[in-house]
Amino acid sequence: MRAIFPIVDSQRPVIKHQPFSVPVGQLLLQAQLLSCIRQDRVLFEQLSLQVHAGELLQVAGKNGAGKSSLLRLLAGLAAPDEGQLLYCQQPVTDVATDYAANLCYIGHQSGIHEQLTALENLAFWRAAAELPPADDFALLATLGLAGLEDIPCHMLSAGQQRRVSLARLWFSHSQLWILDEPFTALDQSAIAMLQQFFLQHLTCGGAIILTTHQPLSMVYDGLNTVELAYRW
Amino acid sequence: MVTLGPFLKRELRLLARQKADWLNPVLFFIIVLSLFPLGVGPEPNLLRIIAPGVIWIAALLSVLLAAERLFKDDYRNGVVEQLVASRQPLLSFVLAKLLANWLSTGLPLVLLSPLVALLLNVDMPSFIVMLLTLLLGTPLLSLLSVLGAALTVSADKGGILLALLILPLYIPLLIFASAAMEAASMALPYHGQLAVMLAMLLFALALVPVAVISALKINVS
Repeated sequence: MRAIFPIVDSQRPVIKHQPFSVPVGQLLLQAQLLSCIRQDRVLFEQLSLQVHAGELLQVAGKNGAGKSSLLRLLAGLAAPDEGQLLYCQQPVTDVATDYAANLCYIGHQSGIHEQLTALENLAFWRAAAELPPADDFALLATLGLAGLEDIPCHMLSAGQQRRVSLARLWFSHSQLWILDEPFTALDQSAIAMLQQFFLQHLTCGGAIILTTHQPLSMVYDGLNTVELAYRW
Repeated sequence: MVTLGPFLKRELRLLARQKADWLNPVLFFIIVLSLFPLGVGPEPNLLRIIAPGVIWIAALLSVLLAAERLFKDDYRNGVVEQLVASRQPLLSFVLAKLLANWLSTGLPLVLLSPLVALLLNVDMPSFIVMLLTLLLGTPLLSLLSVLGAALTVSADKGGILLALLILPLYIPLLIFASAAMEAASMALPYHGQLAVMLAMLLFALALVPVAVISALKINVS
């Protein structure tokens, strides 16, 4: 079991000191000549990209340009119409289980059930990640949800629901995070905290692929951007 | 393999919060069966003759009523999508859904069977067979309805589609279950029908979870 050490600084949430399966700087995910067609419209074609361990890839583009579709392809949820996806230089279809185990995908929808409380939702995702049950009160407090742990999530605001949804990252053991619009509905302080946490994940050797319309305020060493153009 | 416990706990918790999801089908079952004696007349022999078919038709329809919403919430809020992305927990999720569905719709029918026997004038030997057919048949109903729900999860108004899809699959069960009860009421051997029902249940138990996982994957892609 990997150890999780709390850091003394109370402003900082828990940080995971763990060796990821792919060392820093090595190629984690590679997309070769991907094409995606939705409703007879070519969203993108011949798209190639690489993500190394320790890098952040920002997918930019207008509404409808195909950002979410690209993320879903990268997460293995849909098959590309052309091209292929390599995880550690092997086709993702061959190593699907390994890839899925090392991936944390949080999509457009929050992945939280409105009838369950924040604690119950987190307990579910812990179980889904094959982690032992743990006390999530401290985690929810760092996310500014102290006192709201036992309230069904439909009573929370959109931003608070998004915080509950993203709380999963704090205990995730996955190296690659694929996040679709993680900053939606979050306030400035939450965005800053999340970006700080992204930085920690990258320094530990993790990798992040995300879409956002907001410019990233933090300076990341390994920041790459893919801009998707809107096509007819 | 992810452990089933936390997943099942979540499903049961949701059932406890959304009582209409399982109370409505159970009430529907009771209402249909209590209306029959009023509609066709309280003649004891007539009721005994129609009892097997009526009980099983009411059971099929009430299970169908519970099926539509099985995966709807989890599909809408992205839980299904994110579980498919992480692959491993999907089997436990499906098994927990199945078990929770049987506990909330199948088991109440089994528990209500003494009341039903009373309403439709079912005698003791037939009642025991009715109990056995419900015990063997309701898990199969749950398996088929979970499969139907998974296939139609992305359809907006999937209700009718779901019924068209899984009612034909219910028919063999309906035939063998009511045949077993009729045989018992005439003091004929009924073990053959029960054995066929058990075989159908085991067959479905082996294949349906895999089919449900594939159906969910197709629906999110």
